[in-house]
Amino acid sequence: MARLLEHINVPGINTFDVYRKHGGYKSVEKALKTMTPDEVTEEVKKSGLRGRGGAGFPAGMKWSFLDRKSDKPRYLVCNADESEPGTFKDRYLMEKIPHVLIEGMITSSYALGAKTSYIYVRGEYMYIIRILEKAIEEARANGFLGKNILGTDYSLELYVQPGGGAYICGEETALLESLEGKRGNPRLKPPFPAVAGLYASPTVVNNVETISAVCSIVNESGDEYAKIGVGKSTGTKLISASGHINKPGVYEIELGLPVEEFIYSDQYCGGIWKGRKLKAVVAGGSSVPILPAELILKTAKGEPRLMSYESLSDGGFATGTMLGSGGFIVMDETACIVRNLWTFTRFYHHESCGQCSPCREGTGWMEKVLHRIEHGHGHMEDIDLLVDVAKKIEGNTICPLGDAAAWPVASAIRHFREEFEYHVKYPEKVKNPKHFELEPFRSEKVLAGV
Amino acid sequence: MAKVTIDGIEVEVADGTTILNAARQIGGEVVPPAMCYYSSLKDTGGKCRVCLVKVTQGSAKDPRPMPKLVASCRTPVMDGMVVQNITSQEVLEARKGVVEFLLINHPLDCPICDQAGECDLQNLAYEHGAAKTRYEEDRRTFEKIDIGDKIKLHMTRCILCYRCTFVADQLTNERVHGVINRGDASEISTYIEKAVDNEFSGNMIDVCPVGALTDKTFRFKSRVWFTKPLDAHRNCDKCCGKVVLWTKGDDVLRVSARKDQYGEVKEYICNECRYDHKNMNDWTIEGPRHIDKHSVISQNHYEKIDMQKLKLDIERQIQFQKGKQLPETNQSPA
Repeated sequence: MARLLEHINVPGINTFDVYRKHGGYKSVEKALKTMTPDEVTEEVKKSGLRGRGGAGFPAGMKWSFLDRKSDKPRYLVCNADESEPGTFKDRYLMEKIPHVLIEGMITSSYALGAKTSYIYVRGEYMYIIRILEKAIEEARANGFLGKNILGTDYSLELYVQPGGGAYICGEETALLESLEGKRGNPRLKPPFPAVAGLYASPTVVNNVETISAVCSIVNESGDEYAKIGVGKSTGTKLISASGHINKPGVYEIELGLPVEEFIYSDQYCGGIWKGRKLKAVVAGGSSVPILPAELILKTAKGEPRLMSYESLSDGGFATGTMLGSGGFIVMDETACIVRNLWTFTRFYHHESCGQCSPCREGTGWMEKVLHRIEHGHGHMEDIDLLVDVAKKIEGNTICPLGDAAAWPVASAIRHFREEFEYHVKYPEKVKNPKHFELEPFRSEKVLAGV
Repeated sequence: MAKVTIDGIEVEVADGTTILNAARQIGGEVVPPAMCYYSSLKDTGGKCRVCLVKVTQGSAKDPRPMPKLVASCRTPVMDGMVVQNITSQEVLEARKGVVEFLLINHPLDCPICDQAGECDLQNLAYEHGAAKTRYEEDRRTFEKIDIGDKIKLHMTRCILCYRCTFVADQLTNERVHGVINRGDASEISTYIEKAVDNEFSGNMIDVCPVGALTDKTFRFKSRVWFTKPLDAHRNCDKCCGKVVLWTKGDDVLRVSARKDQYGEVKEYICNECRYDHKNMNDWTIEGPRHIDKHSVISQNHYEKIDMQKLKLDIERQIQFQKGKQLPETNQSPA
């Protein structure tokens, strides 16, 4: 059952009046008038809501880490710096129903005791900033923001801050640096933002979807919300489906939906386009490991793979991946893994902040080597070199961008090594950028006629 | 006080001490190298990743190991922490990787670099690097910029340790330079090529671990190992006035601040001392400077060996090889 996108098709849902008519801002009323902040936090904890930004850290736990004893002001920051290639769910949500985010921000700020909250939006989403600011004005005019909200003694100021368009500012500490007006370099942890975040004060940073989900948790209680989904993956999740499918777009799914159903059902992606075969899937945005068709549909144990945090990561990185931010990129048999990987790596090379050495130097190195292989100038040693470089970046950097750059490379070579070898062995055949569209890749055995 | 064990050697240090500083209290081989951390500058460290160590036991209370290698320069010790540095193959592998990363875009123009002979990157590469490069692409280059008449910036040699920006932030009134751009295109630059001109800006040269910032008044004058370092001082109303004169015969070729055994300046000097007193008569000479015998600068410089200290050093080494706890030594900073 849809939670976030329930009223997406109602005309004028982006305006306050229509949104209110369809049950909007109920959670604010319920929380502010009948619940204490701790009770709201407790509901979120009970719901088992996990961070929707990528790491999947339980949101209630993150909230409970907030240093409530400190005499400094507390802040809630919404991370709307959605820049992961393949992910566009937050944009859709903010563009269509901006009020669900505003409502979630008010309820969450109340739970955390924040008097000032920020929505940090990536610079490219300029039109969304205007939408959000209009929504904030409407909410303020109707008494949901500002001094003494709904006649209670709780006051909140909400600001929208545009970023400069850097991917790294989606990392929570880099986001805080950027919000403070500095260069967006990630900070070293500890201290964690829950203790010393924005302006060295206790801060919680949550994704747009996480904060929006708080509305339905407060409305229908945490226990009810926890009933949706499977195991520790509770609730619904927005999935941005893209690539070689019949119906790309944003879909709200109940966690626990089989991957096969998600790809082939007409309700969702509607199958692979042009009647082609599935080759590979990047299940959670460009930074998670890529999986070949047989491993994305079924786990290594032979069980059907589900769209959930646990099922997708079943088997570790050897045979699994991650749900990540829900950027579901599907590749059909004509896709060239090397070319796609080169594109991803080029992105990480461009977006590395340059603060710590492994990521600054390693991402550029991987990109150059992949560029060579893709354009028919690679050597066989390059493949092992890539694996080694990825291994030396992974885990050795300040922030997870290094890991995000290394995982796709390591996994692509793990599952598609033959394709890399093909590029090295037959440089003439890969000169054409659309080489596999003309003739889908067949493994060496097929080529040799075995 | 917190008890921490580094490579099997136990040491008791004050709460809040970082792993790196705890290792420095032990001294010797267990000290992780540091390219960006600078103890006298606040908030430095964590960027170069050469000081990575493995924490196999978080603390006495919570004995779980830390999931990733941690930057020892910014990780505070906990009571009962167990750390592996050179005894962990994983750490040595990671460090080798970082050195390789630092070197792939480094121009390796040591034969014409003024820093050669006293370069932290040379030492690091010698100790932890590989003999061959696996990098066959073009090395990155930058457009040359002029940052003033006293300091020469070679951006291609820079490893982006950010130390010079911390010097400008913490020692001088106004920072006019910083890091611009992103990723491997990041570079040190001034606001629209403004000159770095401040009373203490010369300290940027001393804190630079590589040859990215060098002294224009010493440029191409001599290789450092042909010069004779002398400790000297003068009465200066701006700084401590304690310097090292790098001399050749009676000529003072260069004046720099005094560095300790980890290559760190404790007492910064002003630009007047550094650039304007290149005359032996301006200084009270204290005597020849002690240079570590492993340094290339100590070639042909003889000094009397402290037999007592040598004996202790050898005993320490023997016991370390046996994996025993090291006895306290009086390792005086050079």
